[in-house]
Amino acid sequence: MNRNQKIFSQFGICIICISVIGILINNLTINLIRTGLGFNFSWIFKPASFALAEHVLPYSSSDSYAWALFIGWLNSLKVIISSLLLATCLGTLIGFARTGKNSLLGLFSAGYITIIRQTPLLLQLMFWYFVGFLGLKNNMFFHIKNIFKISNQGIEFLGLTLSSEFSALLFGLSIFTSAYIAEVIRGGILSVSRGQWEAFRSLGLSERKGLLKIIIPQALPAIIPGLTSQYLNLAKNSTLAIAVGYSDIYAINDTIINQTGRAIECFLILLTSFLLLNLLISNSMETINKIIINSRKYN
Amino acid sequence: MKQPIVIAKNLTKSYTKGLRALDNVSLTVNQGKVLVVMGPSGSGKSTLIRTFNGLETFDRGELNVLGIKIDSTHDERQIQRIRRRVGMVFQQFNLFPHLSILENITLAPINVQKRRQIDAEEYAMYLLNQMGIDSHANKYPSQLSGGEQQRVAIARALALKPELLLFDEPTSALDPERINEVLDAIRRLAEQGMTMVVVTHEVGFAKDVSDQVLFMDSGKVIEKSTPDIFFSNARHERSRKFLNQLDKHS
Ligand SMILES: Nc1ncnc2c1ncn2[C@@H]1O[C@H](COP(=O)(O)OP(=O)(O)O)[C@@H](O)[C@H]1O
Ligand SMILES: [Mg+2]
Repeated sequence: MNRNQKIFSQFGICIICISVIGILINNLTINLIRTGLGFNFSWIFKPASFALAEHVLPYSSSDSYAWALFIGWLNSLKVIISSLLLATCLGTLIGFARTGKNSLLGLFSAGYITIIRQTPLLLQLMFWYFVGFLGLKNNMFFHIKNIFKISNQGIEFLGLTLSSEFSALLFGLSIFTSAYIAEVIRGGILSVSRGQWEAFRSLGLSERKGLLKIIIPQALPAIIPGLTSQYLNLAKNSTLAIAVGYSDIYAINDTIINQTGRAIECFLILLTSFLLLNLLISNSMETINKIIINSRKYN
Repeated sequence: MKQPIVIAKNLTKSYTKGLRALDNVSLTVNQGKVLVVMGPSGSGKSTLIRTFNGLETFDRGELNVLGIKIDSTHDERQIQRIRRRVGMVFQQFNLFPHLSILENITLAPINVQKRRQIDAEEYAMYLLNQMGIDSHANKYPSQLSGGEQQRVAIARALALKPELLLFDEPTSALDPERINEVLDAIRRLAEQGMTMVVVTHEVGFAKDVSDQVLFMDSGKVIEKSTPDIFFSNARHERSRKFLNQLDKHS
């Protein structure tokens, strides 16, 4: 392409963008006029007058919409961070099993990855909720001396109680994401040359020590970006909470839209919440990445 | 009486069906001796010496390294015992890029032999000094020339005080002007009585250092001779052809 063509095509792209945004703003204004609500956020301090089954901080139905939204945001954060940790542990184990020498484990993990990745997440969440938890006998399914209990009431562990909604979401998101993380880990491990494996083996280092001291440090730069994108996916997928009745930010937003009709304001709030959440995740990962790169004294 | 360090009997291996990378290879390496392995590319030299420390499995035959027996079942425990007493130097150096030169060398002594860090470092410095590169101890592999990296790799292999050293074309990845510094280091080890198996195409070096030359082709041992005979009057047509070709290239 010559210079003129370039300028022309960029000009074209600009026009298309501006038109699309114009159409959207037009639709928005028409909608706002039609509903006769106008655009404002004053309703946000009115009492929400709905109950929330799950709240990290104190909450009652006389609290404001703003507080309900914040509780929802915290609920989202709670399920995202715990799923993220569980998915990482699980994914790392499966990823190692997939690349390891044990062919039975390799076959199992390959099957796991395939099955999990070939079925929709919504289906998996429903499975964990209805079959995994609600399907259990009402008293108990599994327990270790009252320290660890799984029943249709959820999970109880050392006085910490997790609702069946939270648990189903935690399981569903973690297991789903772990299959993808396993592939990221596998890719990272495969990016380290065969010679590095042969070198540590020839020195008598065990497979475990070699992985830990030689392979993983070299695989990390290839793993971190993939991991970040899986974490961001997990955060976005957490909005499927609504399917199992867990009150995350999306579900609470949905309730508020039904009650107040403030769809546009609520979508803006939702948008900002997720932007904040994902910025939090990607910035943390960027920091981790920087620490790794800065601690590296070689190139 | 010098005892055998490596006894291989009828080693046979195929990566792909019908193609033998090793075909009934038998050999003995006695203590303090240097066996040089030569042969065209793809003749099975790497495969052979990699079976000696269990980096490669084999399908049939027996192997006895330092009195430890392994067979086609590839018993991990036995192999681990062998690896603690056998060092290996690779064509591509395979230094650990994220560790300093000193850390590269002390890794195995500290983690495998559970030696104290100061002791391991002291011995590493001694080895680096022997290799003439002690001034690079705190650098990283990428900051060194190929010849220096390969000498670090030799020091790393020596750190476990091995009773057998394996070299797989240690100078094939080096610039011509860097080859001699590495060959000289290996020569000195031979003078000190180290038992070694060396895969190389360096004829002059092989003449100096070897007690026996093994010539392979298509996974088979074609000829096993002393260097005097092999390099001046090889018994087999194929050996002579191979040596002629080497001459033309150098
Ligand atoms: N990992 C492998 N997979 C399949 N074939 C291999 C592998 N390694 C070596 N081979 C084959 O085995 C034969 C011997 O190879 P090798 O031992 O590397 O020979 P050399 O070191 O003498 O060049 C060659 O035909 C080569 O293609
Ligand atoms: Mg080779």
